[in-house]
Amino acid sequence: MFDLDLWREIFQSINKNRTRSLLSGFTVAFAILLFAVLFGIANGLKNTFKERFGNRTTNAIYLYAGKTSMAYQGLQAGRRIQFKNSDTEYLSQTYSDKLEYVLPVVRKGVTGFFAGNKNNYTLSGVNPDNQFFENTKIISGRYINAIDLQNKKKVIVIGKLVKDDLFLNKEALGKYITLGGIQYKVVGVCENENDYLNRAIYTPITTVQQVYGNTNYVDQINLTYDPKMSYDEAIALINTIRKKLKERFLIAPNDQRGIYVSSLADDFKEVGKMNLVLSIVILIIGLGTLIAGVVGISNIMIFVVKERTKEIGIRKALGASPRSIVSIILIESILVTTIAGYMGLLIGMGILESAKSSLEAYFIKDPAVSTSLVITATITLIIAGAIAGYFPARKASRIKPIVALRND
Amino acid sequence: MLEIHQLHKSYPIGDSSLHVLKGIDLTVEPGEMVAIMGSSGSGKSTLLNIIGMLDEADSGEYILDGLPIKDLTEKKAAVYRNKFLGFIFQSFNLINYKNALENVALPLYYQGMKRKERQELAMFHLEKVGLADWAQHLPKELSGGQNQRVAIARALAANPKLLLADEPTGALDTKTSYEIMEFIQQLNDEGKTILMVTHEEDIANMCKRIVRLRDGVIMEDKKVEQVRVSAYV
Repeated sequence: MFDLDLWREIFQSINKNRTRSLLSGFTVAFAILLFAVLFGIANGLKNTFKERFGNRTTNAIYLYAGKTSMAYQGLQAGRRIQFKNSDTEYLSQTYSDKLEYVLPVVRKGVTGFFAGNKNNYTLSGVNPDNQFFENTKIISGRYINAIDLQNKKKVIVIGKLVKDDLFLNKEALGKYITLGGIQYKVVGVCENENDYLNRAIYTPITTVQQVYGNTNYVDQINLTYDPKMSYDEAIALINTIRKKLKERFLIAPNDQRGIYVSSLADDFKEVGKMNLVLSIVILIIGLGTLIAGVVGISNIMIFVVKERTKEIGIRKALGASPRSIVSIILIESILVTTIAGYMGLLIGMGILESAKSSLEAYFIKDPAVSTSLVITATITLIIAGAIAGYFPARKASRIKPIVALRND
Repeated sequence: MLEIHQLHKSYPIGDSSLHVLKGIDLTVEPGEMVAIMGSSGSGKSTLLNIIGMLDEADSGEYILDGLPIKDLTEKKAAVYRNKFLGFIFQSFNLINYKNALENVALPLYYQGMKRKERQELAMFHLEKVGLADWAQHLPKELSGGQNQRVAIARALAANPKLLLADEPTGALDTKTSYEIMEFIQQLNDEGKTILMVTHEEDIANMCKRIVRLRDGVIMEDKKVEQVRVSAYV
């Protein structure tokens, strides 16, 4: 039901009682503004964290082999440990429920030639899934695929810097590059946020193993654990893998060399803690601001009703029903808080937007709040204001007009 | 028009209570102009407030225009006040952010009258009290006498059966008081029933009947020879 007259009454009341309207509006606008700015800054801090740590595959485990440093079970110290395809299979079978990827890598230093240009590169023999592990984007062509792997094809995917080196601005796809005296066909150009990977050249691991001595040797095994695992579970898994591999290769349990298992789980546990603390701080800030706003708007509503007591008495004497008294006060306050909340939202977001570049020096990146969050906060304040206003308004509507009209 | 039997009212004061009205019997006929007099604390304002449904009696009977006024809900009281009663207060009680016209139109708003209609009617009543030129002025821009005339126009706007005035001249100087009284007399001449609380003898004498209260009972109830204000001027 749209009652034009009621709205006219309300707008007149807002317009003619500017101090009151501005006061209540200011409280709400300021609360929302603070909410938006503080939340935005906190989010900016979070973004910085994300940027610093987020690009890497966070659940990666890297396995390298080295030389033992201790004699163990009749074996001499200084023995070289070599991973083989069987180790990859062992890992993927034993830990199939806990690991996502088990990716063997073989690396060879090679010199690349194309049309008179030459440079030194690392040729990585990989599995197709390595693309996802390294978070590599394909600019043109494709990545190594299962057929390449199966048929040990001499195809390569080159990082974009390799392409720049050897091909300049010309098309690379379909061309042949000579690497270590063997010709490989370029099937894709890729790009990675980690610049050193832009110098990489990828080929099927089977190809490398065949070309370089028909071996089953593996230089490095990259694993990722199930991202649903907690950091503590991940750390436990890593320790288990380290222990089992040492047993497998007959390495002394306290030998720090021989096998290296590295992961970011330890680091991320710390970062995760920081993030948790940050989230709690954000929550406290948000709730605190909201509570302050709710208390503010409640006080103002009580003041507004008090101030309007006489007017309420007059209106009642002239025939206003209690309901119309409550609705006129409530709708007015809801209207003021809504408009003010919206303005607070706009100003807050404006401040964040304009301070964006100068905040980057303080580890605050892209400070922003989701509009839906701020709108939720605003609605919370409106509802709180309405509830806070309802009780004094109802009380006022029940005041006997004679009390309200008393000359004092 | 108005019948009251054995009306009692007391206010609690701490543990005890103050018996303000101790059995009032009063009958007012249509067209009467009654002054209720009494010293401060005699219960005259309480009586007027009960008649005005701004307050409720503890016991007794109150019949307004054949309608028993009893156990009213707030909502019903609001409707009756709007329909039957017009109020004139000592301190005018205009809404300060509304101009004269809007103040006069307010009871019509609560009757649910259309905006255009009620503005025309409000203007008609403002003209009647001689303030048509001041329709767009706020109460603070008007003199006391003018404000009281706006209040009278407002009381008249809903065409009430009974006009209740609580010390209508209490906040005005003598000259302005008489102007207001002259106007109220005119309304009475036109047939409006008027009930007025005052403690000024000269004002009371401008009515047609004086009811004197003391300590919550009616001491004296007599018809008087009305003094016409025009005789003074």
